[in-house]
Amino acid sequence: MSKTGQDGHGSRRHSSAEAWLDARLKRAAEGDHDAFADVYDALARPVKGLICRVLRDEAQAEEVTQDVMVEIWRTADRYRPELGTARGWVLTLAHRRAVDRVRYVQASAARERHSALLAEDRPFDEVAETVERHEDHHRVRSCLAALERHQRVPLVLAYYQGMTYLEVAACLATPAGTVKSRMRSGLRLLRRCLEAR
Amino acid sequence: MTADEDPHQLVGAYVLHALPAAEEVSFENHLAGCAACRAEVAELSEVTLRLASAEEADPSPELRRRVLDRIAHTRQERLPRDRPHGLPVRQRALRLALAACLVLAATFGGLAAWQHIQADEARTETTRTQAQASALTDILTARDATISTQKLRDGSEISVVASRAQDRCAFIASDLPRLGDDQVYELWYAAKTGGLRPAGLLPGSGGGQARVLRDSLDDVSAVGITAEPAGGSRQPTSEPLGIVTVPA
Repeated sequence: MSKTGQDGHGSRRHSSAEAWLDARLKRAAEGDHDAFADVYDALARPVKGLICRVLRDEAQAEEVTQDVMVEIWRTADRYRPELGTARGWVLTLAHRRAVDRVRYVQASAARERHSALLAEDRPFDEVAETVERHEDHHRVRSCLAALERHQRVPLVLAYYQGMTYLEVAACLATPAGTVKSRMRSGLRLLRRCLEAR
Repeated sequence: MTADEDPHQLVGAYVLHALPAAEEVSFENHLAGCAACRAEVAELSEVTLRLASAEEADPSPELRRRVLDRIAHTRQERLPRDRPHGLPVRQRALRLALAACLVLAATFGGLAAWQHIQADEARTETTRTQAQASALTDILTARDATISTQKLRDGSEISVVASRAQDRCAFIASDLPRLGDDQVYELWYAAKTGGLRPAGLLPGSGGGQARVLRDSLDDVSAVGITAEPAGGSRQPTSEPLGIVTVPA
């Protein structure tokens, strides 16, 4: 346990490319615009991809991506390389902002209707549809597929739809306590699968 | 959920960003004092990062231009690292107040945990936990930090340390009385325009509490505290126990 925590978000592959990016973000924190442009170029695609996935709206995703990128510039001084990769820090912030937006914008009634459709396992199909540009995408997808449906669906609804566990519970007509524990056990199983390869 | 439920079950929902705001704040308070939870958050955060990394989309070329344009005119936040010597008198007085506040706080969960995090931070912290802890440090050491304190009727004391420059504040309390089993403390932001909005829950077990409030301070003129039914309320259902004005 203590070992995995050591390099936090990036422990799986702290490659030289990741280390370079960490250093560029640190430089950006000192006010270096060129370093920030490097961070932007390295992470704008995954950041927009994630935000787009959660918001399902291209125009809004561009807007939120812009806000996130500017926030990264503004608060780069908070980034601590010893606690995780720049990629992890940036994507965590991007997900947070995407979720904030989705909760702010969408009336919950509309979302519940929407998600009732998604509960038909469409979320996973959508994962399957994403282009596998990257070996890693494939791994995540196949490990998600290997989960039992009752564990996969809460993860997908929460992470990719920005639903709270209470909304997930309502949408799946499952007790909230059960959803909470399935989220936890689902993530643990996913972790085991991702590590096993 | 109630504050008495097993909070460890919330780790999964927490790393998925799937907790409602008030519960998230409450869980982070728990996290500050639970090393096992922090380790699990670190582990499961790696999984959510993998989920995050599985998506890509091309941003428009204009987006790059707009972002680089914006940052050219956006000031960066600086965290205080090296304390300047010879602070102005007002600053020094404030530091004394903060030091007193920290000594007071050191005996209770939140801040004791915070110090533990400081010592331990190179080891098993996630970005977010660290962000919470450093947010507290940032506010307490902000150059424009103000501290406002009020004694409550029962003798306990609540303080709000606010930094307008950082747009955040921290709530610190000592010796809050224990509430009934089905009650929690709820914090409120009072807007300049008069409205109240929830700013987070504190466990009904009372005692000492330290908490960084998440939302912007932009339109906030005061922070209040009430006792509410477990789970919190959208609007206060009881008379405020205290209201601390946040200087403009």
